[in-house]
Amino acid sequence: MSDATLTRRTAAELAALLEGGEVSSVEVTQAHLDRIGAVDDAVHAFLHTDGAPALAAAAAVDAARAAGDDLPALAGVPIAVKDVVVTRGQPTTAGSRILADWVPPYDATLVTRLRAAGMPILGKTNMDEFAMGSSTEHSAFGPTRNPWDLDRIPGGSGGGSAAAVAAYEAPLAIGTDTGGSIRQPAAVTGTVGVKPTYGSVSRYGLIALASSLDQAGPCTRTVLDAALLHEVIGGHDPADSTSLPGEATGFVAAAHDGARRDLTGLRVGVVRELGGEGYQSEVRAAFDASVEALQRIGAEVVEVSCPSFDAALAAYYLILPAEASSNLAKFDGMRYGLRVEPSDGPVTAERVMAATRGAGFGDEAKRRIILGTYALSAGYYDAYYGSAQKVRTLIQRDFAAAFAEVDVLVSPTAPTTAFRLGEKLDDPMAMYLNDVATIPANLAGIPGISIPNGTDAAGLPTGFQILAPAREDARLYRVGAALEALLVESWGGHLLERAPELEVSA
Amino acid sequence: MSTQTNALVPFDEAVERYDPVLGIEVHVELGTVTKMFDGAPVTFGAEPNTQVTPVSLGLPGALPVVNRTAVEYAIRIGLALNCEIAELCRFARKNYFYPDVPKNFQTSQYDEPIAHDGWIDVELDDGEVVRVEIERAHMEEDAGKNTHVGGSTGRLQGAEYSLVDYNRAGIPLVEIVTRPIPGTGARAPEVARAYVRTLRDIFRSLGVSEARMERGNVRADVNVSLRPSPDSPLGTRTETKNVNSFRSVERAVRYEISRQAAVLDAGGPVIQETRHFHETDGSTSPGRVKSDAEDYRYFPEPDLVPLAPERAWIEEIRASLPEPPADRRRRLLGEWGFSGTEMRDVVNAGAVELIEATVVAGAAPAAARKWWMGELARRANADEVALEELPVTPEHVAELQALVDAGRINDKLARQALEGVLAGEGRPEEVVVARGLEVVSDDGALLEAIDAALAAQPDIAEKIRGGNLGPVGAIIGAVMKATRGQADAGRVRELVLERVR
Repeated sequence: MSDATLTRRTAAELAALLEGGEVSSVEVTQAHLDRIGAVDDAVHAFLHTDGAPALAAAAAVDAARAAGDDLPALAGVPIAVKDVVVTRGQPTTAGSRILADWVPPYDATLVTRLRAAGMPILGKTNMDEFAMGSSTEHSAFGPTRNPWDLDRIPGGSGGGSAAAVAAYEAPLAIGTDTGGSIRQPAAVTGTVGVKPTYGSVSRYGLIALASSLDQAGPCTRTVLDAALLHEVIGGHDPADSTSLPGEATGFVAAAHDGARRDLTGLRVGVVRELGGEGYQSEVRAAFDASVEALQRIGAEVVEVSCPSFDAALAAYYLILPAEASSNLAKFDGMRYGLRVEPSDGPVTAERVMAATRGAGFGDEAKRRIILGTYALSAGYYDAYYGSAQKVRTLIQRDFAAAFAEVDVLVSPTAPTTAFRLGEKLDDPMAMYLNDVATIPANLAGIPGISIPNGTDAAGLPTGFQILAPAREDARLYRVGAALEALLVESWGGHLLERAPELEVSA
Repeated sequence: MSTQTNALVPFDEAVERYDPVLGIEVHVELGTVTKMFDGAPVTFGAEPNTQVTPVSLGLPGALPVVNRTAVEYAIRIGLALNCEIAELCRFARKNYFYPDVPKNFQTSQYDEPIAHDGWIDVELDDGEVVRVEIERAHMEEDAGKNTHVGGSTGRLQGAEYSLVDYNRAGIPLVEIVTRPIPGTGARAPEVARAYVRTLRDIFRSLGVSEARMERGNVRADVNVSLRPSPDSPLGTRTETKNVNSFRSVERAVRYEISRQAAVLDAGGPVIQETRHFHETDGSTSPGRVKSDAEDYRYFPEPDLVPLAPERAWIEEIRASLPEPPADRRRRLLGEWGFSGTEMRDVVNAGAVELIEATVVAGAAPAAARKWWMGELARRANADEVALEELPVTPEHVAELQALVDAGRINDKLARQALEGVLAGEGRPEEVVVARGLEVVSDDGALLEAIDAALAAQPDIAEKIRGGNLGPVGAIIGAVMKATRGQADAGRVRELVLERVR
């Protein structure tokens, strides 16, 4: 089996090949390392790759399989991890200069679970600094490029993870989604991205952006792969006080169920507030076609209104910077990471902190720290942070009311397809609007998925978002798999197969 | 050291002209096995930065989890202070930059403390009781510890560099905040001291902390303000931080009253500020000026879910509370028949439980007090350990006293026996037997020694025979010496007198 063929396989297919003994994990892992070597200079999905530990993990799985051990479903399937997730002994930078040299002494819980599941970690993927951004242009280490068009952004902040999957550098990747950073990159790269219910994947070891919004989840090429990965990383973690009780199960079964393409009796709500002004017409058209497709297999479609969503973006851009300003305070040059002493004058703690933070943080991080510090300061707390929390409650009520009538809500994932690098870099507000459809789910803590559902005139992918009530993640996999099956059938293959071939360097 | 000299009004004059109002914040470090939000051990005196985890170091990605025992201890404290225990409470982040705070925010409780609205009665030296109202008791984590190196004073000023030890960072604290305490007048310093000591006793009796002042387990921030009369609105207060002995609490209050009175007499305003206390001369000096925009930007800690202690659990804790130390002290004082001073010394030495256990083991209260407050207190002091850390139990002490009471050893021999016990030679009786310390009660042996002594000092023997009993002590002394102290001096005297008659 050629290496090129191996990298085109989905995780589920690789797992079957591995289980059947047709390939070894070392072969699969090496094939992906080779692909990274060939294309990543152009894509720049990775900040750090280290073949040796990945191959060692692969060899260990191969040995265990040879010994007849009972192995987890994805044992031997390699994965890429967003660089905001702490990995013991391998650099973790969160896309920031301030952590450029930091090698964590411990593993995030989800990394512990990946290792326990026998999944070799190929490397750490690029991201907007501390997950602040919608284009991966705010990485301190240079932008990631969209494999569909190298002049375009891969979405953000998890553009590296989405691009790695889209460029066949990894069959699976881990992302984190604070306001859409898994789903929006998935939409613009033609991949699948899932933000699980808040608390269903442990945050222990995720470098926090906004603690009440952050959620790690799968970046994959198929809905089934996402379900498989979700079952590996999900489930209760006593080290995270906000972690939900119970195990992560039923997602794979739901994906298989959905693939039978029968949604009879399912009530689907189209959110009126997500999809109007500012949405590219081709995005709308692809969305409408997907809704019709769902109707064809039995879904009942109604329009629902969530009026508080109009204030979601504003509330988000108060809550996020407020929490971020506090979460990022620990980066001060005292204990780890970058330390910059003032070039002249006395070397005091305050001056070292100021010099370190001045040199270590990029513009977007500074912008949000200042905004958040202001929003929390005495005399402004009620007007800003307090009001934003009230909006958050209203949004939760909107969702509750909507879910009293329908089983899932749907919308386009992002208002436009991938824009050009640099196009919105100087216009933070325009950049923030990219997450307008994804943010409400984070404010409410509910799960969402984005699946590829079409292309625009330039041949760039569009995304379809499905939202479900908290802890009903299984619905995302059922409905997502059903729509995916219809679309793949109509296209005669996965959308990603239409992406132009990347030039492979020698 | 204080760098500025302050004009002072003599204390008596100050409290004649002004009405002092106190406010006291006491921090107590809880004696849990692990820290407030992580599994790092709570230990004293370990090598710097060895008692830490990613959580207590605030490493990127680390998350807190609440220590249930710390919550239980906070509830115990709240209940002992007659507080309401909140149905639902929450942690908040108190944001400020300082190198000893690993996350650059302290996880604390802000507007939703676990316990609120309580009171305790504080007994002064003369038996007068002052009721102090408690506003709140809340949970928080301790900071690390900075050591400033290179300066002459050990303070930040003039230091060449600073070292940070995070072993203490994350140790659970409960902070108890009083409402303003009015009406103490000239007794304000004494009330402050008695209040902090009462709390210390409560912490110990609850078993929530070793509450050792000298280790900083208990630290008080003392607020003082003056007003012209009890009818006037409250004056501007100062907060003297981190006072960590009872005597210092008293001195700090006294100093601030004298200093503020001088400021007010001169027509000046008292500046609202935090102040440092100086052990050397009992003075205070300005710390941070409060107008320095102390904006902590509190907001609910998003990494922790709200805390809703089950009511049944609270009632279980309430049922397990020990007798309040003041009540217990009064009861034991009656039972033991000590004087007020004796009892206070016992309490201060932390010997109440030890003496009680010794009494339970059979010793008379006075004897138990004599051993623990005498020989053993000296030994503990010399070894710089707490009484209960000595390798001797209340049962040992009771056994030792029983040997004395039975006449098998005298006090001097008992001290030797105790030394043996402390040296790990076994129980008192074993030591007595092994060291051959028992009193010589065989008259034959004693008579032999007496005859030898009389023969050795014929002139003395003659005097005694002549009816002059004055020098009889010399003969007794010689006999005691000859029997290496193991003779019963009373019996020797009787035998000497019989011999010369």
